[in-house]
Amino acid sequence: MTSQKTASSQTFPAGSDAFPHRHLLGIAGLQPWEILFLLEEAKQWVDLNRKSSKHVDRLDGLTVINAFFENSTRTLLSFEIAGKRMGADVVNMHAAQSSIKKGETLIDTAVTLNAMKADAIVIRHGSSGAVQLIADKVDCPVLNAGDGSHEHPTQALLDALTIQRRKGEISGLTVTICGDVMHSRVARSNIYCLTTLGAKVRVCGPPSLLPAALDRFNVEVFTNLDEALKGSDVVMMLRLQNERMNGDFIPSPREYHYLYGLTRERLMLANKDALVMHPGPMNRGVEIDSDVADDLDHSAVTEQVEMGVAVRMACLDILTRKSRGVEGWS
Amino acid sequence: MKKHYTNARLILPNGDQPVEGSLIVDGDRIASVGQAAAGEADEQIDCKGRILAPGIVDLGVFAIDKPACHFGGITRAALMPDQSPVLDLPAMIKHNAVDGKPDFWSHPIAAATKGLAGKQLAEIGLMKRSGAKAVATGRQWIADSGLMLKLLQYCRSLDLPLIVHSEDAGLTGGAVATNSETATRLGLSSATAAAEAVSIARDIALVRETGAHVHFRQVTTGDGLNLIRAAKADNLPVTCGITPAHLLLSDIAINDFRTFTRLSPPLRSDENRLACIAAVKDGTIDVIASGHDPRGAEDKRLPYAEAAPGMAGAETLLALSLTLVRDGTISMGRLFELLATNPAKILAVDAGMLKQGYQADFILIDEDTPWQVDTRKMAAAAGNTPFDGLPVQGRVTAIYKGGRAY
Repeated sequence: MTSQKTASSQTFPAGSDAFPHRHLLGIAGLQPWEILFLLEEAKQWVDLNRKSSKHVDRLDGLTVINAFFENSTRTLLSFEIAGKRMGADVVNMHAAQSSIKKGETLIDTAVTLNAMKADAIVIRHGSSGAVQLIADKVDCPVLNAGDGSHEHPTQALLDALTIQRRKGEISGLTVTICGDVMHSRVARSNIYCLTTLGAKVRVCGPPSLLPAALDRFNVEVFTNLDEALKGSDVVMMLRLQNERMNGDFIPSPREYHYLYGLTRERLMLANKDALVMHPGPMNRGVEIDSDVADDLDHSAVTEQVEMGVAVRMACLDILTRKSRGVEGWS
Repeated sequence: MKKHYTNARLILPNGDQPVEGSLIVDGDRIASVGQAAAGEADEQIDCKGRILAPGIVDLGVFAIDKPACHFGGITRAALMPDQSPVLDLPAMIKHNAVDGKPDFWSHPIAAATKGLAGKQLAEIGLMKRSGAKAVATGRQWIADSGLMLKLLQYCRSLDLPLIVHSEDAGLTGGAVATNSETATRLGLSSATAAAEAVSIARDIALVRETGAHVHFRQVTTGDGLNLIRAAKADNLPVTCGITPAHLLLSDIAINDFRTFTRLSPPLRSDENRLACIAAVKDGTIDVIASGHDPRGAEDKRLPYAEAAPGMAGAETLLALSLTLVRDGTISMGRLFELLATNPAKILAVDAGMLKQGYQADFILIDEDTPWQVDTRKMAAAAGNTPFDGLPVQGRVTAIYKGGRAY
């Protein structure tokens, strides 16, 4: 076992009061100290993951099911590694191979997974609200690994952890999120997470890809990236889905690059040590230029991936504390 | 066989308040009605001071659901053509016109286009011969304005009203909600509420051109209602309706991904909701209908965007509409114009009014009886109501179709 000594014992409420939720379905509604608690807990796993032996037996004997109804490589892999490093038995269910293709309803699938006595279920689904629908039907904790355009809470947590490590305090930073905000669950979870932690958040994108009523989200809205970048400490570029590039939402990838691509020149408009982030996978030459993405002085893209595993280990640990009978977690 | 219903509070045509009086029914027709109604009768029935109102004529339901209609005091309903298969052939009109008789009459509405695809005109004339009282575009609008013009000319020549759905599909796309903070928080695809006004504006321009009667089945925005208000001021033959959901709920009700609130058109902002109430009050809105569309778990227990739109509304229609009377928006008499008289006029059937010679379709109501909407206990084929748990007042105690109690 690694050391149990974390900051939580000093600065956070005791036991489950630090995170009194059964599931992790989204960032919306979480209190700032609950988010900070998750980040604090993740730090020990960052250290572990850098050792040659990356294994603890904290979740020994527990079954974690990764039920992915939408294709994913990185997030699935990240959750699988996280579960395995914690000692859990991890099983992956891919939609392409599942009975969803045979017409089974989501509820029936949820009931089936529940009957297999999973101790935690990680779900990704293409439809907003689908993860909550399943969570209401199962007895174990559910982690949202992305549902439609709704939320992707572990992505926001890993982004926050990355920013914390590179920039220190999140509170007071100016963070610009740029791209297809309308369809982005990453953008939504990050807006909630960063504004809750006290950052000034700017949102930028073509008007056809900005959702309605953004003014109600405690963010500044821009359609001009140059203006949005001025004074930014962190620049978070979103992935533009290929199917939205050909005339439906924007005229072409090259026009998008001209207006919203993060180039070296544009990055100079931001603060001197601005951090560049991207949830991946990147469209190099569309929303971000390679020389920016690969510039280790600015780019935190690979660190984001590293933090992802640690954050997911922390989430699996915390959400299963009650069922594992950890003292104070009821 | 004459029956004399005494000691009732009657909802009479053009009367604001119920008046004490009685009703004499001869066979399936109203023989005499009012304070002075008297004469030979074979049977006396004491209504015990209850309201005696015309049976509700529900303009635009998606299923013939007799138990729900009985509970809700609905004696006739116009069945939308959005069935499987679509009501686009005379035989289907004929078949659905007898479904429910004798205690409940359904008036199947002819599909405006084949398969409701919005491409080719359906056989509207033949469907009229088979009993269709109106034509409808279904749950979608007709994007092709040229086809819409021909359709209106055709409906005009056959003297049939065209019931339209007012949402420009180009603006709504696949949206399941109105642009709003709630929709953005939930990550649901949403569209501007202006989709309604855009489609109404076009259709009014074509009404001006053709003189055809268009009934906008659900108008849910202030801008849309303003267009209709102006068209009525110009004496254009337009009417419009709404459901209680759009009068009582706004888009925040979709929170928590409650699929029972997935409606078509979607719930609007509270500002628009208040504009709808004002339009009920000033007479711009002619009809309140249930939009009854019972949907079971297989259609509703799904992620929000994948769930079917629609609500089970027949049994809550009256009780929810009565809140408009209780809060002083409209009078009891005006309520039954909205629920019965106006829809019957649009369908051109001799019902919807307590009037000599009309069909003896009427209901007795105890307007104060409290009850609670409970999705698990509903009479409807499915309990998909967005009003689950709501305490309401007003209940139908008896229902008469064609002079017979059911």
